[in-house]
Amino acid sequence: MSSANSGRGRSRPPALLVILGCVGLAWFVVPLVGLLARTPWADLPRLLGGEVVTDALRLSLLTSLAATVIAAMVGVPLAWLMARTEFPGQAIVRGLVTLPLVLPPVVGGAALLFALGRRGVVGEPLSRATGLVLPFSTWGVVIATTFVAMPFLVITVEGALRNLDERYEGAAATLGASRATVLRRVTLPMIAPSLVAGLVLTWARAFGEFGATITFAGNLQGRTQTLPLAVFVALESDRDTAVALSLVMVAVSLAVLIALRERWWKAL
Amino acid sequence: MHRYVMTLVAMALCLGACAASAGEELLVSAAASLTGAFGEVEVAFETAHPGVEVLLNIAGSSTLRQQIVEGAPVDVFASADRSNMDQVVAAGEVDGAPRIFAVNHLQIAVPAGNPAGVTGLEDFADEDLLLGLCAAGVPCGDLALTVLGNAGVTPAIDTREPDVRALLTKIQSGELDAGLTYVTDVIASDGAVHGIDIPDGATATTNYQIASLVDASDPATAAAFVAFVLSAEGQAILNRYGFTSP
Repeated sequence: MSSANSGRGRSRPPALLVILGCVGLAWFVVPLVGLLARTPWADLPRLLGGEVVTDALRLSLLTSLAATVIAAMVGVPLAWLMARTEFPGQAIVRGLVTLPLVLPPVVGGAALLFALGRRGVVGEPLSRATGLVLPFSTWGVVIATTFVAMPFLVITVEGALRNLDERYEGAAATLGASRATVLRRVTLPMIAPSLVAGLVLTWARAFGEFGATITFAGNLQGRTQTLPLAVFVALESDRDTAVALSLVMVAVSLAVLIALRERWWKAL
Repeated sequence: MHRYVMTLVAMALCLGACAASAGEELLVSAAASLTGAFGEVEVAFETAHPGVEVLLNIAGSSTLRQQIVEGAPVDVFASADRSNMDQVVAAGEVDGAPRIFAVNHLQIAVPAGNPAGVTGLEDFADEDLLLGLCAAGVPCGDLALTVLGNAGVTPAIDTREPDVRALLTKIQSGELDAGLTYVTDVIASDGAVHGIDIPDGATATTNYQIASLVDASDPATAAAFVAFVLSAEGQAILNRYGFTSP
């Protein structure tokens, strides 16, 4: 498909690598086969048209996109500060930014509840001043998913900025470009592949988020019940709907990841 | 090399044998609302049956039902409602007939001090309050809808939590103004949650059912556990946790 690699001479890969690689691939494929084997294909159109499924899909698309936009607005500046400036406690900041990647999401959700809940250290003054209550609201979903997903963007962009040869930006500045022009015409275009990769990973993580969302934002159809929550609840009561919802998740995620990989990640 | 392999085999055989001789294990899948009571039942049963070790597998009844139907090697199933037990019976997994061993009912649970001033089921129609129920399909969620239906209340619910413990946590922390939980959960919260009785006209109960399963590794021990739960000693433990006897 791609011509980028065709110039390199290719010999047959070692048999052991092929075998181990196939085992690695099976790790991802076998669960999908299980899902497809349990799919009630004849009932699928009816199941997919159900209100639970359409509500959850709409809410998931909306909240995952909102989380990606917020992550771009505040995560990219954070990445720039981490890559291009020096400040005390930088190692701690880097650790804090990475924390949501390793923390069980349910712990993140509970922490958000303690901080931003109605009785939380920030949430209580907030609700008293503005009447805004974040848990059990769609904004709660966006906040929880952004918390879990933003590290992917910050880490990817920070890495790209670190690897970028600053002499390009220096040269542009010497030629009279303002800082804003350098950022817009030199820096951002040069890190574009990493930026897009980070945005896609952030979106994908937000789209699949479960633990922090159900802990912080609760579970109500049409308001906070995203696709992963709907799958979890349906597994208890209505497995056919759960499988249909899972298929929607797999299809949407795979479509986005494959399409964007073709478009952007060839460079990586 | 050969001797090394033989040693490993000998060790593996010993591990298996030693585990078997150390005693018998009884795997009991019990509904989440039985956590405290069955913890105590476990200790009392083990005292009465030296050499048997009871392992409790605690989750929502619907999750436990799924595990059993999908082939989990469970000896005894204690369900918080009839519907989940019926499905296990229908799957041909139950040995004999299930027995009702406890009765539970719902209460309105509010955070200590009742900051929102909730007084009854009518408050569940209030859009301005933050209200929670268990999810559909979970026994406490289905029971809650029955109770609200009996009272003629169209609820303005803000969240349907996946199990009663999750719901209780959110009430306890004050994030929810009220929810419908089991009276036993209110008792177990030890004052962190306050319970308001549901009037007799609206209340509904759920019957807890227990059965030994066809896959039980030792049917006699499984049957003994079921008999113990139904015995005067077992019932006394359950009553202490707020369950009523059938």
